[in-house]
Amino acid sequence: MIEDIELEMLINVVYEYYGFDFGSYSKASLKRRVDRVYHLDGFRNFHDFLAKVRSDAEYYKRMVEEITVNVTEMFRDPLFYSVLRKEILPILGTKPFIRIWHAGCATGEEVYSIAILLKEANLLHKSLIYATDINELVLNSAKKGVFPLRMMKQYSENYLVSEGKEDFSTYYTANYGIAKFNEELSEKMVFSQHNLVSDSSFNEFDLILCRNVLIYFDKDLQERALQLFDDSLPKLGFLVLGAKETIKYSELKSKYVQFEKEKIWRKMK
Amino acid sequence: MEKDEVISNCKVVAIGGSAGSLKVLMHILPLFQTIPTYAIVIILHRKNTEDNTLEELIALKTIIPLKIVEDKTLLEAGHIYIAPSDYHLLFEKNMLLSLDVSKKVNHSRPSIDVSFESAAEVFKSSLVGVLLSGSNTDGTVGLQAIQKLGGKVIIQNPSNAEMSFMPEHAIKNTNPDLILDTDEMVALLTSINK
Repeated sequence: MIEDIELEMLINVVYEYYGFDFGSYSKASLKRRVDRVYHLDGFRNFHDFLAKVRSDAEYYKRMVEEITVNVTEMFRDPLFYSVLRKEILPILGTKPFIRIWHAGCATGEEVYSIAILLKEANLLHKSLIYATDINELVLNSAKKGVFPLRMMKQYSENYLVSEGKEDFSTYYTANYGIAKFNEELSEKMVFSQHNLVSDSSFNEFDLILCRNVLIYFDKDLQERALQLFDDSLPKLGFLVLGAKETIKYSELKSKYVQFEKEKIWRKMK
Repeated sequence: MEKDEVISNCKVVAIGGSAGSLKVLMHILPLFQTIPTYAIVIILHRKNTEDNTLEELIALKTIIPLKIVEDKTLLEAGHIYIAPSDYHLLFEKNMLLSLDVSKKVNHSRPSIDVSFESAAEVFKSSLVGVLLSGSNTDGTVGLQAIQKLGGKVIIQNPSNAEMSFMPEHAIKNTNPDLILDTDEMVALLTSINK
């Protein structure tokens, strides 16, 4: 494993040369992923690795790809999607227009899942989903709405557990190992780059989803991100986090009421 | 080390296991009294569901309070923690537990190697790593890291394990401090820091 001091050197180089600040990321996980790419790319000397990151912007991009986690799936935690479908969407449905922000959307699997729920609730026509990530490459992939066909078996099982009633395969066209999702779903999505570490609020939303992103941040950076979400939510707006994430350590928690046992909070003040 | 030697200066006992290991835990955990000087962290290969069935099952078998792990849960002596399903469990230097959904390691998330390596980095010689029954290779690399950084390595005797592959693989590739049957393991673990 690389040394702590080496990780600090890398964080400094990245900040100095590219302006990106990994300093408030959870160290244990970041270190493991840096160590992985360092060995994967065959480096023997950490100074060579640092020099490469410093002098080669393309390599820097590759490294960031590798150390930011982009693992996602459709209808991840299907029981959460069932609650969203049955409890939250009917509340949002009373509004003339629904704005949703999916922060840290990675390759977009969950964005398409939300769009499917909206369509089935007959709300998609009056919704707009802003999907953001720090990583440009994953956004390009998300825009296409193309996912590996081999994943569809598991996704359709998740979909069923989320109490989906349609034939899941009607949402995509299968072709040469890929599943291309219907453009009807992506018409209501706007993809753009946004950095939770340094960017600010850019709109107000009725529902913000940010699942399994805050786990990579330390508590201070989590607080910053939660403040950013709070700035982007009107009273009675909903915030959704990942299955093991919480706002209980945040100063903002007194403004929110948790929705039963789900990782859904509603802003009350 | 000898079987009757007492491990001292231990802050964390990390127990990893796969197929056949839950039965071992169900047998040994009821024999523990309180553990005021260290924490137990359990990393089991488990079904990928959101519920807390494993936590509930283990809580029934022990008087040691069990804390449900969420992101940035504080690791404290006196408690049991269990790696949640579908997340890797990592240890931060400030005693917080953090989670990670990066790719599976050894087809597993949580992976024993990931947690053992991370715990070794933080706790060094005050860590005891225990590997139980299982049928894949997860845990070996983690035990190597624990050993390298001065922690103790204890492996379930393969002939005593329901699935011998995982402990056998670890024994071949590390230099374990002890290879123990379940009952010997109870005697050793309950004497820690005494």
